[in-house]
Amino acid sequence: MFYREAGDFKTSYEADSQTFPIKFDRYRFWAVLAVAYLVIPFIINDYWANAILVPFLIYTIAAIGLNILTGYCGQVSLGTGGFMAVGAYAMYKLMTAFPDVSIMIHVILAGGITAVVGAAFGLPSLRIKGFYLAVATLAAQFFLVWLFNKVAWFYNYSASGQINAPERFVGGIAVTGPNTDAWAKYMICLVFVTVCAIIARNLTRGTMGRKWMAIRDMDIAAEIIGVNPLQAKLSAFAVSSFFIGISGALFFSVYLGAVEVGEAFGIQKSFLVLFMVIIGGLGSIFGSFAGAGFLVLLPVALKVIGVDLLGWPTDIVAHLQLVIIGALIMFFLIKEPHGLAQFWRVAKEKLRLWPFPY
Amino acid sequence: MKDSYVTSDGRTIGGVLMDMRGITLRFGGVEAIKNISFDIREGEIRAIIGPNGAGKSSMLNVISGFYHPQEGEVWFRGAKRPTMRPYDVARQGIARTFQNIALFEGMSVLDNVMCGRLTHMKTGVFSQAIWHGAAQREEVENREAVERIIDFLEIQAIRKTPVGRLPYGLKKRVELARALAAEPKLLLLDEPMAGMNVEEKEDMSRFILDVNDEFGTTIALIEHDMGVVMDLSDRVVVMDYGRKIGDGTPDEVRGNQEVIDAYLGVAHD
Repeated sequence: MFYREAGDFKTSYEADSQTFPIKFDRYRFWAVLAVAYLVIPFIINDYWANAILVPFLIYTIAAIGLNILTGYCGQVSLGTGGFMAVGAYAMYKLMTAFPDVSIMIHVILAGGITAVVGAAFGLPSLRIKGFYLAVATLAAQFFLVWLFNKVAWFYNYSASGQINAPERFVGGIAVTGPNTDAWAKYMICLVFVTVCAIIARNLTRGTMGRKWMAIRDMDIAAEIIGVNPLQAKLSAFAVSSFFIGISGALFFSVYLGAVEVGEAFGIQKSFLVLFMVIIGGLGSIFGSFAGAGFLVLLPVALKVIGVDLLGWPTDIVAHLQLVIIGALIMFFLIKEPHGLAQFWRVAKEKLRLWPFPY
Repeated sequence: MKDSYVTSDGRTIGGVLMDMRGITLRFGGVEAIKNISFDIREGEIRAIIGPNGAGKSSMLNVISGFYHPQEGEVWFRGAKRPTMRPYDVARQGIARTFQNIALFEGMSVLDNVMCGRLTHMKTGVFSQAIWHGAAQREEVENREAVERIIDFLEIQAIRKTPVGRLPYGLKKRVELARALAAEPKLLLLDEPMAGMNVEEKEDMSRFILDVNDEFGTTIALIEHDMGVVMDLSDRVVVMDYGRKIGDGTPDEVRGNQEVIDAYLGVAHD
């Protein structure tokens, strides 16, 4: 009975345009934050960090980035893996070239560099739309991976062609390199996720977001109300790539530590993030969290159920995983194109009226 | 004609706001508009009528910058307008609605109308990312302006409803709200009453008159309902096959033999 707008009067437009208009939602949001910051760091272990929480957080940033481009601005992109690679290699070059600068700054700079690259690859979006744009971004994906393989300067001429994250500290605590504690990895990712999500939310609820959505919903009408399509699309590519670059930088430096570009940032990564966005919900920040969580947890959950509980062979479970993910994507595309976020929205709408049907 | 005059119902019509001079528009070999000149005066309601395919919508598209005429000049507020993209035209203070509703279906009514204010919003990416401060102030100021429009058009109750769920008549009204939110000097309405029943037409006519009266907005509209056109407009341009065949007050146009021929047909012997 407490999930109601009734009695919670908004007396200013500031209050009316806030992220969580219902009081219970606001409490829940603070509760989630409190658990994430004050409880999990103390109970986290290596398995939870490496198998679930750290990839979840990093993929969430990538999904937020792609969601801004695809969900809010309506531009399909299959270049996510390539842009994550840009973030990762920018991070590597910055870490090795300026070892004394804090890596927090490196991560942000890596995002900025990716934003520039993303905007450059966004230029074709002015002329081509839909599937054709997807193919153009696919070219970005393959070109970038090829570039990082081919030009030795990017991996500092190392013999293996890999990039390895050197050990770096934030406030005296190792956050990259082999000696990093689970909680430190988790915390640095959590900080970036929190900031990225807030920025994304602010951008999408204001002028910027309206421009993007106007372009998505009807580009002719958007132009007539004064949206410059060039500016709107390129800013979406830039902001989206900024987030994807940050996630690529963290994926390389904090999560993996050593990266071979074709393996870590190949086309599969582009599809994985796209699936997260589709399953989670296009045009929803919460959906990015839901989608990333779902696709990170699903393989782990299937492994726990299949291998540990039922005792099936590992390879069968691994194949089953692919089948299930494929089937789920088809299910979502047919049944609920707005993804998990829509289930959540419907549940909230029902809850608001509960116990009455309408 | 005098520089400004007062109409019989007491509104003041000012000088020339927009002047179309010798506009010719071709699509390949087809001449959609043939050497048409007419002006729109400040504060008036100007109708463009004509049978289907006469080139009315093309004319509106020329004004709003979608089409660029091969010949002729567009003068707006006393200056010749260079070739412009639609978003620059919007920034000059020209807003429009479309014949087939062109709303942003995925957004709420409020967001749609807020979109109309985009030309008034100036904060950059970084202050928007931070939100608190400049961006929020701007948002609230523009929200106040939008709420005035929402009150004016009596759509308070559907503020937060997604546009996709609204019936046709309300969508038309929301589209008008979005155009009005820009506080345009010149408002172009492409068949604002198409597909409406009599009551909805009456409502829409009242809104159009009120907009003109209260905000002093100059309005140019295309409409097929002759009763509405003759009642609302101060002056009427009549087009047929891309030519201008009549121009004047509703009474003058009604008596024009060429106009009668275009609408009723001529006997060929």
